[in-house]
This record gives sequence, C-alpha cells and structure tokens, in this order.
Amino acid sequence: MAVSPHILPPAQSVTRVMALVLLGLVPATLVYAWLFGPAILINVAWAALACVGLEAIMLRLRGYPVRPYLGDLSAVLTGWLLALSMPALSPWWLTLTGCMLAIVVAKHLYGGLGQNVFNPAMVGYAGLLISFPALMTQWPAPLALAHAQLGAADSAQYIFAGHLPAGLKLDAITSATPLDTLRTQLKQDRTLSEILRQPLFGHLGGKGFELIAAAYLLGGALLLARKVITWHVPLAYLAAVGLTAGVFHLYDVDHYAGPWFHLAAPSTMLAAFFIATDPVTGATTPRGKLIFAAGAGFLTVLIRILGGYPDGVAFSILLMNICVPLIDAHTQPKVFGHGGDDA
Amino acid sequence: MRQLFRFHGGVHPPEHKAVSSAAPIVQARLPQRLIVPLRQHIGTSARACVAVGDKVLKGQTIGRAEGYVSAAVHAPTSGTVVAIDMRPVAHPSGLSDLCIVIEADGDDRWIERTLLDLARMDASHVRNRLRDLGLAGLGGAVFPSFIKLNPGATAKVPTLVINGAECEPWITCDDRLMRERAQDILTGARIMATLLHATDILVGVEDNKPEALAALQAAARSLDFPADIVAVPTLYPGGGAKQLIQVLTGKEAPSGGRSTDIGVQCFNVGTAYALARAVQHGEPLMSRIVTVTGAVARPQNYEVLLGTPMAELLEQAGRTSEANGVIMGGPMMGFDIADTAAPVVKATNCLLVKSPKLFPPLPRTMPCIRCGACARACPARLQPQELYWFARAKNFGKTQEYHLFDCIECGCCNYVCPSHLPLVDYYRYAKSEIWAREQEKNAADLARRRHESRVSRLEREKAERAERLAAKAPVKKAQATVPPDSAQAAARKALAAETLARVQAKQAAAAPEPLDPPASS
Ligand code: SF4
Ligand code: SF4
Repeated sequence: MAVSPHILPPAQSVTRVMALVLLGLVPATLVYAWLFGPAILINVAWAALACVGLEAIMLRLRGYPVRPYLGDLSAVLTGWLLALSMPALSPWWLTLTGCMLAIVVAKHLYGGLGQNVFNPAMVGYAGLLISFPALMTQWPAPLALAHAQLGAADSAQYIFAGHLPAGLKLDAITSATPLDTLRTQLKQDRTLSEILRQPLFGHLGGKGFELIAAAYLLGGALLLARKVITWHVPLAYLAAVGLTAGVFHLYDVDHYAGPWFHLAAPSTMLAAFFIATDPVTGATTPRGKLIFAAGAGFLTVLIRILGGYPDGVAFSILLMNICVPLIDAHTQPKVFGHGGDDA
Repeated sequence: MRQLFRFHGGVHPPEHKAVSSAAPIVQARLPQRLIVPLRQHIGTSARACVAVGDKVLKGQTIGRAEGYVSAAVHAPTSGTVVAIDMRPVAHPSGLSDLCIVIEADGDDRWIERTLLDLARMDASHVRNRLRDLGLAGLGGAVFPSFIKLNPGATAKVPTLVINGAECEPWITCDDRLMRERAQDILTGARIMATLLHATDILVGVEDNKPEALAALQAAARSLDFPADIVAVPTLYPGGGAKQLIQVLTGKEAPSGGRSTDIGVQCFNVGTAYALARAVQHGEPLMSRIVTVTGAVARPQNYEVLLGTPMAELLEQAGRTSEANGVIMGGPMMGFDIADTAAPVVKATNCLLVKSPKLFPPLPRTMPCIRCGACARACPARLQPQELYWFARAKNFGKTQEYHLFDCIECGCCNYVCPSHLPLVDYYRYAKSEIWAREQEKNAADLARRRHESRVSRLEREKAERAERLAAKAPVKKAQATVPPDSAQAAARKALAAETLARVQAKQAAAAPEPLDPPASS
C-alpha cells in the first residue's frame, strides 16, 4: 500500500544527477585532450571501466543487486574524476590502484553509496601520491611545448604496455605541472617573476592548464544552471583560495604567486565545482557548505605553499571531510516558527 | 497591491485541475444507507444520542460533542437508525470506528431549523451553537471551528485569512465552491471577522484559479465587504495554513503555538461557506463538496451528504476498467482508501481514483546521497535527510532535536528526492512511535505516582492519626490524577505499528536485498 506522496516527477534520480555531473566534465576533458594529447581520454575510459568493474565486484560481494547500483553512474564519475586528477600518462596499474583505493576502500568499506565519509576520488589520488610520488608528478607537457607528441595508439601502448615509440624519451613528452614547477623552483631561490617567464606559464596560470581550468568553470556553470549544485561551495571555495593566496602574495610579492595563479590551476576549478560539491562527503546545510568549502580552499593554498606535495586539493578535501558532521550539526538553519529567517 | 512574501522551498507538481474544474457542482444521489462516523474531527469522538430503531430527521443531532475539543454529528437525511457499530472509516491505518448507520426513507425531511441571530446572541452562545451544528475545518485538518472562532485572551485577532489556495494537484472542490458560491463564502467570512474582531480580512487564492478570484471580487463588491481578495503564486504547499499566512503577512506562526499568537486566524473557504449556511439557515454540517477525479468516467465535483459510502459516489462518477485504487485527498498528502465502503466524512475533499497510467509505481529507492534537494524543498526549513537518518536509526530523541514535530508532512522532500526515499513515511513512523512512547511513559508515570502517593498517603495517614489524636487536624487528600485516554493510546500504537509495517513493506518491495535496512532491524 502506497502512502503520500503518490507521485514523483518523472525525470529525477541519482542516475540523472550523476549524468549531469559527468556532462559538466565533458568540456574540460575535451580541452584537455586537445591541448595535451589523447592520452587523457584513454585514461578516463580506463579508470571509469576499472571503477565500474570494481563496483560490480564489491556489490556482488556485499550482496547488493548489481544492475541498479551500477546504473547510478557514481562509479563512472569516481573513475573520471580520479583520471582527471592523475597524470594522463599514468601506467594502467597505477590508475587501477587508485580506483581500488577509491571504490573498494573509500566507498564500499565505508558502506557504499551515500555512506562514505571521504571523497573516493580524492582518497585514490592521495593514496597514490603518497605511495608513488615520482609517477604522480609526470604530467604530459602541453603539446605546444612538448618535443614530441603521442598519438592515441602510442599513448595506449605506453599506458598499457609501458613502452614508448622507438627513440622517444619520457622527458620529451612530460613535465611537472606549473604548480609543481613553481614550488620546486621557489625552493631553489628563484624569484616569482623569473619563474613565471618560463614557457610553461601562460597568462594567468600554466600554459594550456589555464584553459582546462576555464573549461571546468564552464562545466561548473552548467551544474549551477541545472541546479545540480548550489552557489555556496564554488563561491566559498574560490573566494578562500583567492583570499589566502592574496594574503601570501601581499606578504611577499616575489615569493608567493598571486591569487589568479592559484585560481587558474585546473585542480582549483575541479575542486570548486566537482570535488568539494560532492554531496555525500560535503556539508549539507547552506552555512555548512560555506564553511566546508572555505576551509577546503584555505587548506588547499596552505598545503600548496607550505606542504611537501605538488598540490593541496586532495588533502584539503579529505581534512574537511572529517569535519562535516561537526559542521552540519552546528549550522542547522532556523526551522519555521523558531524565529529567524531563511538561511 | 498588497506586498506578498514567500515561503521556503515548495514544489510544482503537475496540476491536473482542469480534469474536474470545468463542470459545475452536482448533487450526489441520496444513498440508501448512510454511515456516519462519530469521530469526523480532531479531538474526542462525539457520543451517540440516538438508539437503533430511532427515527431521525435530516439535520437532527445523532452524536453530541463530548469534551471540549469535539463537534456534533447529524443525520444527513431522514430515516431510521439501523445500526451503531464499528465500520471501516477513512483513516490511513485502515482502522474501524464507531458509526451510526441510517437507512434513508427517501423523504429527506428536515428537522425544524432555527437561525442564529448574531445581533441578539453573545459570542460564546454563538460558538456553542456552532459546536452543536458540527462545524469543523473543511480544509483537511477538521479542527472544531468554534474553538478557532474564540479570540481568546487577546480578545481580538486582527487578521482573518480565508484559505482558497487549494494547492494540492487534482483537487478542485474549493475552486468550484468559490466560483459558484462566492457570496456565501464571504458572508461566512464576515461572521468570522465579527466573532474574532478581525479588521483585516484576506482571501488567498492561488493564481491558477482566475475564475474563482473574479467571482470572489465580484461578490465582495456586491456585498460591499472590505475583504482583500489576493492572488498568491501557485506553489505547493501554498495552501498550508502556515504557508499561506506567511505569504500573505510575512509572519511565521511560532513552533508549537497557534497562528493567533501572531494575530492571525485562518479558515478554509469551505468552512466559511458552511458557517454561513449554519448561521443563516440553521443548517448543521452534514454535506460537503467532494472532487471525484482521476480514472473515472465523469470527473467533477459533487455535493455529497456526509456518510455516503465512497463506493456509491464513485459509482455515480463512473467506474473505469483501469482504476486500481482510490486516494482520499490529493496525490501529495492523501492516503489510500483500503475499503470504499468507508463513508465520505467532513475531511473528504477529494476521491482520486488511481490507474497504472496516472500513478505508475514509484521507482526503486536508493541510498540517500545527501544531495540536500529535500532541504531546499522543505517549507518548514527542516533538514529532511537528517530526520530520515535519525528516524531510520530509531534515534527518536535526535529526530525531536531536529524538530520532527515542525514537519507538516507536505511531502515536498519526498517529491524531490533523487533516491526516491519514502521520507514522509519515516516521519509519520517516528512521530507515532514518539506518541506511543509518551503514552506509555505517562501510564508508567501515573502508576508510579499512584504507588508513591499511596505509600505517602499511608505514611501521612499514620502520622496524621497520631497528630489527630493530639490536635484533631483536618485530613488532606492525595491529589487525583487523570487517567490517560487508553483508547486513544491504543489507536496510536496501532497506527505506529501499521506505519512501520508499511515502511518495511515499501522498502522490501523496492529493495529486496540487504541494503538500506528498514527502520525495524
Ligand atoms: S533528497 Fe533524498 S537523497 Fe537527497 S539528501 Fe534528501 S533524502 Fe538524501
Ligand atoms: S514533509 Fe516535512 S520534512 Fe518533508 S518537506 Fe514537508 S515539512 Fe519538510
């Protein structure tokens, strides 16, 4: 016997939510492939496939019906996000390890969809960064700067078999990310303006990288327009990144990159619109979202500047994930009839 | 133009109003037997004052109001009382209740009616008459009207809101009533305003009912009645009393309090109409407008005698082959009728006949992904996902901390949930559990207090005997305590058990796997 409400709007499901998020990732993925070569497409496909396979195994092991749960697309999304966070030319087993960390450890050992405390993609990324630091910093260089280019077949061969076309060295096609370059070179006591004059850097951030960031922004705008996410998280995250970077920059203009540099990093935009907005592991109340995202933004920059890792997004998100129950509990909006107004 | 406000959240379900709103109200057929439940309102059941075999006239009181929160019930037509027994009634739990069954004689002969002379009667006398005439809110809550017409300690309620919003999809009984009987509605409103000493009279109608708005405006002009007929935006649940008051006045009725605390009283248009009939014609509340719509051959509004078996009304509207169930009320807040032998009562605003096409089975449930869509849709600004979580974990203390009892069960959260979780079921379950526990606790407390007072009484008596011997002091009695309404407690427990079973069944049907353990395990 059914009770009220007896109706639900037709097109509304977890699958639809996830599909829209995936759609939001399309522009950046295409720009990425255009500027850095087709390897990223292979890596995204492989990661998504691996995550779906692992999800199916875990669902089966835990006695859940496989079909409807795979259909929710959440595993595809996790794989896609992980692939976008990793170097595109990662060997297949590295990606697979990341997917295992994400799907098996972060998601299913915590109880599956909706129950996980930590963002699965970020757990995968952070785990890999700690375990395989060298591999995780070999990013493909922007095509415009690379000494050689890998086509789709060559990329696939490298990812799955580990060899490059004859006569090509890995150095010729990879480099450190702009953020990473900046960090290492600052340690070598070079000044900011010196570093930023290098060809790896573009107008605001890294050459090519800044366009990916712009494409994430575009995808994020789509999510906002379709009401998949609210403005709270992106705004608070980006504001906190900008403000924190700005304070450092003002403190020492020669040493700390300005806010635009941090904002134009793809990882910043990815985090603002696609990672920190993960509903499962983020705060849910409006004020809670602001606090959660601002905290993550602040930590992101802090880790980038002071920490020993090339990027701070993953750790900042994971740190804030821990705080979510506390944040939510303390930011309950005023309920109707209890005084106060809309939060 | 009056400045309007908006409430938080809300949803826009498909309206389906045109299905039944085009045709005028028709008189439903007089059934052979009428089944009149003694409890048709919130509060204590009326007490039967006729016996089996008695001849009754139309409008004759057959059940007297009992206790303060109560209202009388009346014979809807003339005939003979043939039974007073338990019958299936319209209740989400499918429980039976005590009903008076009248065999109609077909004459429909009225009892002598006396009009209410407002000019010569004092207000409390008027209210008592209204109680005897069975007036109760016809918007859904069926709260006895005479209580709400008491301005109380403040002696006046400056703002009177007449609710013609009718926000539930499919239902059009208020719409038709406003279109066809606007003058009577406003006459009722005028009487309400007088009793409450209200100075500001607002009639709120959703802007998807332009004909009703026009009819009310015309009626206000011809009656020269200074009511403000306001078109409010169409947004479910804009017809909830709290929401309509918020939209019209910007004020929020305090949690756990009454709207009169903020100087506002709110009545449904149907109630205003019934009040006008009561005062001007001495008619008790024994009929109402019912929308019969959905999968029926002739969807429209009927004026129905209370006590008419639903099945007869549905027959008149024309059965269709695809019909596979009946909802009383709308699709957002209504409930399934287990047995259409149950009669139309004061609360029956709509019979919505389901078909697989109109009401496809709800999709399977998925785990909550904490997307917050529910919170954004909640007009009470609750955190439905947290309430769901705590209710499922049977952490009832926490549900109360998160203001479960401010939930108006509008179903908006449920409606928008991408995981299709039966959220409102969980809230009903949690509420009924809490009530049941409170009753048990009260009973236990009572037993304990009785025991304690007995012990202390014995001791005191001993001491007093000793004292009396010395000083002849007067004896003090232990204070009596009120026994709990055990029948009500039992009903609530039954409801709690039933709700739980339903939640389980629903979850089991949707997810036969070990996921998302239902609230019971
Ligand atoms: S709408 Fe449903 S899935 Fe989303 S937070 Fe609310 S209960 Fe959870
Ligand atoms: S049913 Fe309760 S919790 Fe859900 S939207 Fe309505 S008031 Fe809020």
